[in-house]
Amino acid sequence: MRSLRRTSIFAPFSVAAPLRDIGLVCLADALVGASFGASAVAAGLPWWVPILTSVVIFAGGSQIASVGVIIAGGGPVAAVAAGALLNARMFPYGLAVADVTGRTWWTRLLGAHLTTDESVAFRLRYADLGRAARAFWACGGLLFVSWNLAVALGVLAGTTVRNTSAFGLDATYPAVMLALALPSLAKPRARACAASGAAIAVALTPVLPIGLPVLAGLGGVALAVRPSGLARLGRKDSGQKDGARCR
Amino acid sequence: MPIAAIAALAALTYSFRIAGPLLRGRVRVAPGAEEVFSLAAAVLLVCLAATGALTQGHDFAGWARPAGVAVAGVLAVRRAPFPVVVIAAAVTTALLRLAGVS
Repeated sequence: MRSLRRTSIFAPFSVAAPLRDIGLVCLADALVGASFGASAVAAGLPWWVPILTSVVIFAGGSQIASVGVIIAGGGPVAAVAAGALLNARMFPYGLAVADVTGRTWWTRLLGAHLTTDESVAFRLRYADLGRAARAFWACGGLLFVSWNLAVALGVLAGTTVRNTSAFGLDATYPAVMLALALPSLAKPRARACAASGAAIAVALTPVLPIGLPVLAGLGGVALAVRPSGLARLGRKDSGQKDGARCR
Repeated sequence: MPIAAIAALAALTYSFRIAGPLLRGRVRVAPGAEEVFSLAAAVLLVCLAATGALTQGHDFAGWARPAGVAVAGVLAVRRAPFPVVVIAAAVTTALLRLAGVS
């Protein structure tokens, strides 16, 4: 479960007091949400798109990715595929929080929607189920409120600021994605996967329909696999999918 | 972004989220599956960052944007706080454009 904490963009804030930490996480996420809302409308999308995605998808990375594909001129299928791939990690997250979302069906349905990198990381901080549940619900709930408020404020700002390229706002999307990815790239093999994937994606951009190069870049996961690495990792974690051996 | 695409992504995301609690006790995730998801997600994010930084449509985006993203990347590697990383990207790109770099 160590990897879940590392995937969180707020790993530096690893102090003891949970509510203060949750507040910091919400604040940092709010800045991302505001820049997401502002850049989406600045790029010409209708005001309700960032707001609706935030409420019903509620997963920052995939919202940014799928809206980014659309902004770049890609089709809806590529946008959904990029967003869905990013959110596949929610499945193991769901297993990790199933014991704190309660016994009634409606708390489970609600808890599922509040499952994010951050709320899962806070749940995993505590072995005690009561504390873990409180941390999960506090983080998930506060994050839902602050994220959606921030996106709405960003939309307001984005409709006010006319010349967004002069403010460099177009650089914030890729910067956010890079910062989100870095904690998972501590190991050289993961960095090799990412670098080859990025090279594939950029090289294919002039020739493939927009949105597809990024998905092709996932081939970087396979490309970085070397036979020696396979053998070494195969012994440690047998029975996993091919991509896992990349690490 | 068409409303059908938003609905589809929302439905897929919710299915991923609810599957764990629904299947708990009945399935076990292979020991490394979580790492696969984490790695694939990281690779996808880096691909998005690279194409987003370097390209606009099918063409090169100009130097100002990738320079801003590069500064953000260096700050992120040095564990600068997240808001600092994002603001540095925008400020660098904006200053370069002010200086006449496209």
